[in-house]
Amino acid sequence: MSETTFKIQRFSPEKDKEPYFQEFKLEISKGATLLDCLNLIKWTQDGSLSYRMSCRSAICGSCGVKVNGHAMLACKTQAIDVVRKNKVILQPQGNFKILKDLVVDLTEFWQKVEAVKPWLMADEKTTPEIERKQSIDEFHKIDRASTCIMCANCYSDCCSTDVDESFLGPAALAKAQRFVEDSRDIEKLSRIKELSKDAGIWDCTHCAECSQRCPTDAKPLEKIVSLRTAALNNGVLNNNGARHAKAFVKSIKSSGILNENYLPVASVGFANLPGLLGLIPVGIRMFLRGKNPPLIHHAIKELDDVKRIFKKIGKK
Amino acid sequence: MKYALYTGCVAKGACRELLTATYALAEKLGIELLELKTVSCCGAGVISEDSPDLADTLNARTFAIAEEMGLGIMNICGTCQGVMTKAKANIDSNEGLKKQINETLKDGGHQYKGSVKIKHLLSILIEDYGLDKIKEKVTTPLNGLKVAPFYGCYLLRPFELSPFQDPDNPTDIEELTEAIGATPIDYHGKLKCCGFPYLMMKKEQSLTMSGRHISSAKKEGADCMVTPCPLCHLNLDPYQPESAKLLKEKLEIPILHLPQLVGLAVGLKPKQLGLQKHVVTPQKITAKIES
Repeated sequence: MSETTFKIQRFSPEKDKEPYFQEFKLEISKGATLLDCLNLIKWTQDGSLSYRMSCRSAICGSCGVKVNGHAMLACKTQAIDVVRKNKVILQPQGNFKILKDLVVDLTEFWQKVEAVKPWLMADEKTTPEIERKQSIDEFHKIDRASTCIMCANCYSDCCSTDVDESFLGPAALAKAQRFVEDSRDIEKLSRIKELSKDAGIWDCTHCAECSQRCPTDAKPLEKIVSLRTAALNNGVLNNNGARHAKAFVKSIKSSGILNENYLPVASVGFANLPGLLGLIPVGIRMFLRGKNPPLIHHAIKELDDVKRIFKKIGKK
Repeated sequence: MKYALYTGCVAKGACRELLTATYALAEKLGIELLELKTVSCCGAGVISEDSPDLADTLNARTFAIAEEMGLGIMNICGTCQGVMTKAKANIDSNEGLKKQINETLKDGGHQYKGSVKIKHLLSILIEDYGLDKIKEKVTTPLNGLKVAPFYGCYLLRPFELSPFQDPDNPTDIEELTEAIGATPIDYHGKLKCCGFPYLMMKKEQSLTMSGRHISSAKKEGADCMVTPCPLCHLNLDPYQPESAKLLKEKLEIPILHLPQLVGLAVGLKPKQLGLQKHVVTPQKITAKIES
């Protein structure tokens, strides 16, 4: 079997100004995981190579790295599956400060998880005789988010965190869902209100990178969507994200097709003068090219049937 | 070849040139299109946040109408394609939901059976029409034109719903680009999010995101970018001056809709493809093609 090139990003803050790549050659043995390969490189070629690892069983969440540009668990990935043109590129997780080589500083990640108060706030006035019980259905609402192993792969590849370091990020929000939808928690509404603020649930772009890179069933995007639904159903609407969603639904209900002139205005809020003024330059630019949405908005044919569906499903 | 064309909202609104280009290209290639005029918006992943059942039911209605026509659906919007594929997967994997939806649809005279095929124009051109046949239709090979493909999230993720074999390494737009004589270029932002879904929530971050992708395409030598999703186009084209300002860089990279790029190669004129409607004028590239 031929040797594969492992192109690994190196960085030692005490001597390097910038990260650089170093190439190692290794024959990938049958069944070897990426972590096995990293270990072999460290043991036989360069003992100074640094990375995190512990359980080797995709439970501890320590060995998240970027493989060919995407975050994965080194211990859960068969090395042979990620060889491209006889090469594997390994980098530290994104959106973090690098401590050394493939080891990143997770401080911010943990601070954000902590910020969502990841503990049960049950009604302490009533002490249950044995325990606070849940039905199977109630448990199913939270068990998927509970499978998160805090590997930070979602955070690493999150496009919103990439441009906004204040964003709480997918892992913290998935954790928040686990408590918002916990039948025993009595702080649901205050949690939703908190999560609807800047840097919270409405600051996700839906890019689905988080769910794609998640090695468990936690799938953060689904949890963020679930939190948004909870916010909309609980009347926490005083923000651009919720206004946008409500205006969108209203527009489809009234004409079957989106009114693109109405939506931006309703999203920023009719009383938000700076927000409205911000829409003017792009509006003029588009108007001058004839790219503006039609000034007279036409409904679809057979709108009545669509309205009937809205009525039947109860969104009036 | 005949399809039920699902225009989506944007091709009827701020990207009407996409619809113009689609019809022009279809005619040129001999693809017959019957526009779905009685169907609603797919929900764009927004309606499902308010009510998942409502979003699935509205999409099932669209599917049922296409089934009644006996035609597969052609999408020209990456977001519609992703959202509809997801709705179909939801319904097809849940008999109870399907029954409940059909109960709702019944009074409107529709029933969703499950046979509908939903494809994006990109997949139709490659899988159904075929690259060889496209090559035969090329009258103006776009030699020397460097094209940066911008795929858009909804065609890529989640992988199980993506039309691409390896969604982390898709090659469809590249293959199509090569078939019409142009050169696809690789760049950092190719598979990233355009930022459009939260433009109204986080304008500055959203436009920084799109700006970085344009900038990375430009640094790799792109003459233009091409996207199969008009929502991506909306963040990349009309807002490009704002992105340039945020990045403090000169960008000026034209953002083409997929059928516009192919259209230029099969002999359609820029005006027939609505290229004059773009905020970043594609004049440089049309001049390059004509010269």
